[in-house]
Amino acid sequence: MTKFGLAQPVRRVEDPRLLKGSGRYTDDINLPGMLYGHVLRSPHAAARIVSMDTTAAAATPGVKAVYTVADLKAAGIGPLVCAIPLKNRDGSDRANPPRMALADGAVRHVGDPVAFVVAETPQAARDGAEAVAVDYDLLPANTDLAAASDADTPLVWPDIARNICFDWEIGDKAATDAAFAEAAHVTRLQVINNRIVVNSMEARACIADYSGESGRWTLYANTQGGWVLKQLLGQAVFKVDPNKFRLITPDVGGGFGMKLFLYPEHVLTCFASRALGAPVKWASDRGEAFLSDTQGRDNITLGELAVDKDGRFLALRSRNVANMGAYLSTFAPFIPTGAGTGVLASVYGFKAVYANVIGVFTNTVPVDAYRGAGRPEANYLVERLIDAAAVELGIDRAEIRRRNMVPPSAMPHKTPVGKLYDSGDFVTVLDAALAKMDWAGFPARRAEAAKRGKRRGIGLSYYLEATGGAPSERAEIRFADDGFVDVFVGTQSTGQGHETAYTQLVSVELGVDGEKIRIFQGDTDTIPTGGGTGGARSLYSEGQAILATTAVVLERGKKAASEALEAAPADIVFEDGVFTIVGTDRAIDIIGLAVAQRARAAKGEDVTTLDAAEVAEIKAHTFPNGCHIAEVEVDPDTGTVDVVRYAVTDDVGRAINPLVVRGQVHGGVAQGFGQAVLERTAYDSGSGQLLTGSLMDYCLPRAYDLPDIEVDFIEVPCASNPLGVKGAGEAGAVGSPPAVMNAIVDALRPVGVTHLDMPATPESVWQAISRAKAA
Amino acid sequence: MGLSITLTINGVPRSLMLDDPRVTLLDLLRERLDLTGTKKGCDRGQCGACTVLADGRRINACLALAVSLDGADILTIEGAADGDTLHPVQVAFIAHDGLQCGFCTPGQIMSAIDLIREGQAGDDPERVREAMSGNLCRCGAYAGITAAVLDAQRRMRADDDAAQQEKQAA
Repeated sequence: MTKFGLAQPVRRVEDPRLLKGSGRYTDDINLPGMLYGHVLRSPHAAARIVSMDTTAAAATPGVKAVYTVADLKAAGIGPLVCAIPLKNRDGSDRANPPRMALADGAVRHVGDPVAFVVAETPQAARDGAEAVAVDYDLLPANTDLAAASDADTPLVWPDIARNICFDWEIGDKAATDAAFAEAAHVTRLQVINNRIVVNSMEARACIADYSGESGRWTLYANTQGGWVLKQLLGQAVFKVDPNKFRLITPDVGGGFGMKLFLYPEHVLTCFASRALGAPVKWASDRGEAFLSDTQGRDNITLGELAVDKDGRFLALRSRNVANMGAYLSTFAPFIPTGAGTGVLASVYGFKAVYANVIGVFTNTVPVDAYRGAGRPEANYLVERLIDAAAVELGIDRAEIRRRNMVPPSAMPHKTPVGKLYDSGDFVTVLDAALAKMDWAGFPARRAEAAKRGKRRGIGLSYYLEATGGAPSERAEIRFADDGFVDVFVGTQSTGQGHETAYTQLVSVELGVDGEKIRIFQGDTDTIPTGGGTGGARSLYSEGQAILATTAVVLERGKKAASEALEAAPADIVFEDGVFTIVGTDRAIDIIGLAVAQRARAAKGEDVTTLDAAEVAEIKAHTFPNGCHIAEVEVDPDTGTVDVVRYAVTDDVGRAINPLVVRGQVHGGVAQGFGQAVLERTAYDSGSGQLLTGSLMDYCLPRAYDLPDIEVDFIEVPCASNPLGVKGAGEAGAVGSPPAVMNAIVDALRPVGVTHLDMPATPESVWQAISRAKAA
Repeated sequence: MGLSITLTINGVPRSLMLDDPRVTLLDLLRERLDLTGTKKGCDRGQCGACTVLADGRRINACLALAVSLDGADILTIEGAADGDTLHPVQVAFIAHDGLQCGFCTPGQIMSAIDLIREGQAGDDPERVREAMSGNLCRCGAYAGITAAVLDAQRRMRADDDAAQQEKQAA
């Protein structure tokens, strides 16, 4: 019998299916009689739609219908709403511009959906879209975040002054200002968090299938949890009971936050399927993905760090301008505000923290959560500031961090921005990482590299991430007649290996062979509620729900065993999957018991069955943290950055499956490394065209680009959940950008470079060196 | 006017009538033969998700017109395993955690199979990484992929040597 124990590197149960080409992703599904939708998108960043003629498009062979915003409005379809309310500093509400699924009189970014053409084949739908005649009156575009709120910058929304969506604050401003006033030293640094195109390898897709008989939609879509979408589609858009929507999420080929949201195409396929009485599929191509998937990051942040004469941090102050794009995506305003500022105090003992966040509109693709969502941006600011302060004060960069870390004895620790850290042993983790990478021995390696003409640098970051997401989660366990234990979960894997981790948990709790456990996810009809996956919440949230459910299963099991074995419940013990009458050899295994009890119940006998469903309230989130150290060599002649060694020492609490966690950390580092060194999203300032709109123009990390990534764990169990786990999915992307950039700046410091913005491409590094030499 | 071609797909000869000469091998597999294991990641030869073997060589199925492959022997991910026995490369991907979401994986596997056949990367991880750089993985599972390719190569070579010795002994 194969047990799937905890803390074991169990090989992933989802792998064989995915390796054989048997994975079933949204675009692999085809329904009988299915039609194909194509979105006609704006070629302009800003324009008024003077007129639109769909006659020729509708007459194109194979085309069934051409929809514009007028059709949506005539049917009473509402706008896609943003789910995040927010108060400005002056107490007023944030701006709330309407976002219809199709452009309403104006287009606001290249790729803005203008019309939806439905046809018998994808080719006919494209031909039809080409035949739509749109007369645009071009307007000046605003794609430069730095200038978005200048007085003469064109407005994305005519009635939203200075393009400001919100002007928000957190923290005690007076206390922060007072701390700055008494500081012996203040370090100031402006950092840019570059915009990221998410580029999950599986592009977005959906198929809507409306049944006139039941008045219900089945929407197959690659999401990170269909429950939110179902609520939004029902309540806000179609104005019907959300239960009229069944969201089915098949295998998902990567999400990284981007597949959390409600998108215009969900609305359009549902609308068209109802109107045409046939299933309607929409599948994004890669070019559309660049122009319509939410993008990530895109902040310009001024940070200030107040330090006393002994190098102790007093206070942190920041002013962050965050790009929202042209429309507010589902959770967009939350990312730089609640999510990002929540970790500004990081692992350090600040007395005060104050942050002002200004969300602005530009004529660009909407921005929303991307792996880490706000927390990588905040950690990047803090860790770059600390490096700058250390250099200015002449203190070792590791020592200044060590000196300011909150000690384990201070746990639980409440930060000036209101987070309550349950656990953490930051100095231990830091010192382990430094020892592993021989921080102290670096000067010799630098000198050796210099002999070869290379500039060598070492950089560290100590990150802290606050995981988050929906405040409750559900699990259901059903013993199937074929002898399997079926587990229904409300989270949604997009590649993280949930099936494996949950199987391990259930196997241990119920004493059942892992091969007898099946995990089900992604159907809002069979799973009534679920929080989906985002904010690295899944294992600790769903894990608690699973534990609550297995506890009920075992409690019912004891009663059922007492019925089956004819003994008092108090005399039944459970061990290793078997209920036994204590002190006897009379026993029954849990699966056999469950199946037999249900068979008896089906015959009308009054007996206890074992199936159970429980909802766990997630009272606290988790604070994974750790130290990333990068060692780089820069070729001063070409500006090329080579990461020669990279190590992560992580505290993600207990690692239920070190294999899976290591994979998550690797992936996070790959994305963070990509942001730091490779990935630039460029809009043409005049036309507002996305210049990096394909995988030939946008540099996604390839196998050849990445260094070996060494990962160690120091497990400081989370005190706020019974599993002791901390969310590990985003952590790698939080710690890596500052570690890499701190290393690059360290390498270039001898030539006079004190700061460099991401991505550190050969061109930008070479220019920084040239500028420093000229200065 | 229809175009008639013959392809051997995963060992099965098939006569196919194409209604459009512009049909790519990828669309032929996915849309007309229901072999959806081969993935469309970009449809323009930039991501490698659609990698299949044509006469034993890895190609991007999205860039190959089906008509241009008349008579070819095509191997897709559905044909990589020998019945229930996984290909050594597939086994190695499990052992080394070479995948996460699985979407790029069919292309990675097919690319790795041919890379090993080419034999040009040797045991050098740097060269394996370079030779696998046509296959993008946004989940960032590259470390596992590289380890899997090297391990599969070792095992396949050992199996070949064993077979060779057996042959000589006989």
